[in-house]
Amino acid sequence: MEATFNSIIAAAAPLIIATMGETITEKSGVINLSLEGSLRLSAMTAFAIAFWVGNALVGFAAAAAVGAAIAAIIAFSSIRLKLNQIAVGFVLTLLAIELASFLGDSFVGERGPRVPPLPIPILSDIPFVGKVFFDHDLVVYFSYVAIFATWWYFYRTRPGLNLQGIGERPEAAFARGIPVNMLRFWYTVLGGAMVGIAGAAYSLDVKLGWRETLTLNLGWIALAIVIFGGWHPLRVAFGAYLFGALQVLAFQLQDVFPGVAQVLPIAPFPLMILALVFVYSDWFRRIGDRFPKMRNLLGSEAPAAMGTVFERE
Amino acid sequence: MTRVRAAVPTLVALALALAVGVALLLVVGAPPLETFRLLVEGSFGSASKISATLLAWSPLLLASAGLVVTFAAGLWNIGVEGQVIMGGIAATWVARTVPGPGWVLIPLMVLAGAVGGLLWAVFAGVLKTHGNVHEIFGGLGLDFVAAGLATYLVIGPWKRAGVASTSGTDIFRPEAWMPEFQAFGVGWPVIPVILGLLSVLVVWMLLRGTLFGLRLKAVGSNPYSSFLLGIPTNRYMLGAFAIGGALAGIAGTVQVAAFHHKLVPAISGGYGFLGILVVLLAGFSAVWIAPIALFFVGISVGSTQLDLQLGLDSAFGGVLQGIIVLFVMFGGAWSVRRASGRLTPQEEP
Repeated sequence: MEATFNSIIAAAAPLIIATMGETITEKSGVINLSLEGSLRLSAMTAFAIAFWVGNALVGFAAAAAVGAAIAAIIAFSSIRLKLNQIAVGFVLTLLAIELASFLGDSFVGERGPRVPPLPIPILSDIPFVGKVFFDHDLVVYFSYVAIFATWWYFYRTRPGLNLQGIGERPEAAFARGIPVNMLRFWYTVLGGAMVGIAGAAYSLDVKLGWRETLTLNLGWIALAIVIFGGWHPLRVAFGAYLFGALQVLAFQLQDVFPGVAQVLPIAPFPLMILALVFVYSDWFRRIGDRFPKMRNLLGSEAPAAMGTVFERE
Repeated sequence: MTRVRAAVPTLVALALALAVGVALLLVVGAPPLETFRLLVEGSFGSASKISATLLAWSPLLLASAGLVVTFAAGLWNIGVEGQVIMGGIAATWVARTVPGPGWVLIPLMVLAGAVGGLLWAVFAGVLKTHGNVHEIFGGLGLDFVAAGLATYLVIGPWKRAGVASTSGTDIFRPEAWMPEFQAFGVGWPVIPVILGLLSVLVVWMLLRGTLFGLRLKAVGSNPYSSFLLGIPTNRYMLGAFAIGGALAGIAGTVQVAAFHHKLVPAISGGYGFLGILVVLLAGFSAVWIAPIALFFVGISVGSTQLDLQLGLDSAFGGVLQGIIVLFVMFGGAWSVRRASGRLTPQEEP
């Protein structure tokens, strides 16, 4: 039992990092649609660089740079060139996927360095809880930090309030002297770097090695989880853990029902549609209305200015 | 003169895209000139290769024409891949169950493909209009469901006699093959090409010369105002999904009836997503679809040669297509910005 929970936490860690990054980006008003491509290209880069240098940490840094660079292209083309974020994001998705296949061809099947396990000394000795939460490696601990830090930043700090402001009412934020477009650029880059780190976590930690199908569809799943999570870090994290649990469960069911293997790759998608229908249903909205104090957690409204271009009058 | 001027950013963008392509080839140690020669020769080098390129052109034209309609309504029809697949599945079902000669069967397969794609697209549309699920995610989810269904049919109920393999169903009986026209020693895909070009023409006329097209574009540019002016926006969006899906579905019919002559799991050939790139490059208008689509399938068909001849991953074709679209979009936006005199630093960055 505790082994199962332990693997759920580990399986969800990269997804947590990616979804927190995307939540920050979208909360600031920019959509980085390229996640499917960003994850794959950064996973490939991380493996290639780590394999070449022989050091996993360098791989993580390179992957973060790749994710940040793709995000910077989206932010720049939206803010300065006034291009549609979804169009640029979609093109970059396809481009990054092909680029990963093209450049990563020679690394398929190689064995590279990996992130060493690092149980936290005293905490991991706590019965059950220690084994589930504190017997992992740095990637997993980073995912905890990402959840807590994102939540704290959004709802407990002044810059976090500004971040929400530029995503909801950029005109008002600008009128108060907040440099809307500069902040949007850097939040997008930050979010992209986190997506890159998540990509590295797949090829250097969770799944080890590089192949084209390594992160297959996980980028799209991550985008859907951010919507499911209503742009609230804790609810997004809940969605990511739910998906991690499904992954682990499906993996264990494989032995019991061999037929599951065929259905497995597409099973998340009908679920994704149902989950989105659910969070936008009147029923769920009414629950949100009943607990006004938990509006942030239970609301499903996108940041009002998400995907739009802000231009000073 | 202004027309020539307007083409400059596009040409510069193409040249830059080519330069990046060359740089990538040098990075992986491939000979650039030889690579580009193989790309051209692999797609237009002989009668049979031109025929293969035209056969690939047709579904891309159909999918792109359909996407022009959905884009006109302001919709991101990412579900186009799934619509192509469902068209292929529906056409395969007809080929497997309906008896009769080819002149009955082929039109029925085209019709079935259109209905299959239409229903799948309207499904994504209803999720948007009635379930508030953004069409990107509804469509994407349905893409994977359709792909899963195709795989299931190929290895399950429609598996080849005796063996279940992902290589496809049994080959259709000859009546269900779209007839080719023999000339220069090879068969030419005349029917698919006519279907493809016709779809572009119909979409062009629909958006340019009809009240429906005008209203659709109004819905696309400002759904709220259109609604206030009395246009039933939801119905128009669903209409756009229906037309786009039907054309994508016919692309699926072409894939099974003229190319594979059976159902395979990857029946869409990626033409749905490639169509999105084509339409983005064409600036959402039907006018330039045909030449751009030909250019792009040329790259796709030619790049399969790279693997065989140079041992280079054929993904290079996709990389090139992506870079071209990205750079041309940048070039267009940059020239607009410069023309309006606003490319001066206002706010960093």
